[in-house]
Amino acid sequence: MCGIVGIYYKNKDLNKYLGTMLASMLVQMSERGPDSAGVAVYRNSVDPPSTKLTLYAADDDYDWHRLRSLLAEAFSANVEIEIRVSHCVVTTTAPLPELRIWLDSNCTDLRIMSAGSTIEIYKEKGTPREFVERFALHDFQGSHALGHTRMATESAITTQHSHPFSTGLDLCLVHNGSLSNHNRLRERLQGEGIEFQTDNDSEVAAGYLMWQLHQGASLEQALTCAIRDLDGFYTFAVGTRNGFAVLRDPIACKPAVMAENEDWVAIASEFRAIAQLPGVEQATVWEPAPATVYSWGEE
Amino acid sequence: MTRFDLARDSVRSLNQRLHESPAGHWVVSHPDGRHCIAAGLDAAVDIHIEGHVGYYCAGMNQQADITITGSAGPGVAENMMSGSVRVKGNVSQCAGASAHGGLLIVEGDASARCGISLKGSDIVVAGSVGHMSAFMAQTGRLVICGDAGNFLGDSIYEAVIYLAGKIGELGADCVEKKMTAQHRQCLADLLSASGVEADPDRFRRYGSARKLYHFNSDHAGDY
Repeated sequence: MCGIVGIYYKNKDLNKYLGTMLASMLVQMSERGPDSAGVAVYRNSVDPPSTKLTLYAADDDYDWHRLRSLLAEAFSANVEIEIRVSHCVVTTTAPLPELRIWLDSNCTDLRIMSAGSTIEIYKEKGTPREFVERFALHDFQGSHALGHTRMATESAITTQHSHPFSTGLDLCLVHNGSLSNHNRLRERLQGEGIEFQTDNDSEVAAGYLMWQLHQGASLEQALTCAIRDLDGFYTFAVGTRNGFAVLRDPIACKPAVMAENEDWVAIASEFRAIAQLPGVEQATVWEPAPATVYSWGEE
Repeated sequence: MTRFDLARDSVRSLNQRLHESPAGHWVVSHPDGRHCIAAGLDAAVDIHIEGHVGYYCAGMNQQADITITGSAGPGVAENMMSGSVRVKGNVSQCAGASAHGGLLIVEGDASARCGISLKGSDIVVAGSVGHMSAFMAQTGRLVICGDAGNFLGDSIYEAVIYLAGKIGELGADCVEKKMTAQHRQCLADLLSASGVEADPDRFRRYGSARKLYHFNSDHAGDY
């Protein structure tokens, strides 16, 4: 099962409503995914040389302030933190590759949920409503977001197994379906230098897109190639720093419904998640055609 | 009239009441995309659902006349035996799947696989239908006033398709057939019964070329 949702603002004046709209969509997908929920939010973009990391600690009482001091000292860099329940967004001028190595060796109790200039990822086990309240989702402002509600069918209910996954800088993919050629594709991508954190099939799809984007493809081109290279059932919603896209496999049996008006574009597994968004009366509503890339915002 | 508010009580409770003591006219409010609303009815009741419904609304319907003012999720009126289901908005995939009788009317668009494995129902769609509609449809009629997605009528048996708009690509073994005066009259009657306004002269008729009924090694590439 699982539920996916996504929203992208064409009218940036609406950025302030991102959290509210995302929260309402996520809660509507509770029955599709009561075990855990997660979101990728694109907001508060930082300029180079700064980078943003979302870190996760299983311990809610983790001492993030201590981590900030340690990082500032180790890298002689500017480090800012924003704590949100079990997650913390770290913004720093420390170089990302060295930072990853340092975190891997010094903070084995932390996981990197996302990295980039704009993306933040939060995910936690529990119902979507609990998630929305604990993480104060209504506070978020931003340009676009993806969300996922999970009904675990083949692996444990943990935060690590929750979606969404981010494999590359500012890239996020949410997936409803299952891929059948992910093992071979993962090996091929590992050979190309793409790293994976889990054995999850959705992560391979994200890694594949990252690899295509590294080769210079646009998001739309990368997804067009995915139709050829990914085998299985899928509805994907994909976010990049300033782009948003949707793709269904050539059979298109996994549910997806989209709506677009002058101000926003939304996708969800069921129309009920879109039905209560402000402005839906003026929106064109349709189900995305099979093997057809829909994309917005990429330059 | 009986009012039932799904914001206050469950779908299970609604369906139990509709199964145990159905009578008269029902108005169901706050469906909010819930699944299986008014499924499995077998009584001549009139049900008005105010809003959007989720999966399998009015599934297995017998005798009841059900109206949905919003949109419907996958499998609306699937396996309907008799009665009628009217959706004022759009419907998701597999509308009227495997339905044996009765009339399904979609005033908006239908998505993929509308009327898949149709077994005798009539479906009238005022808008367009998605890909693979009427796949393996055995008998019954599918009327499409708008356009049809790719692979319309793939592996169709004896169901009849009437299409007014454009078509992507016809499915295997589905062909255009002559529209006789008798077919035109059938279509006019169906449109009239559904309350959907469309000129019968705009429609073309599609059905089976009957080449896939039995395995034939000469057509192996078509299977």
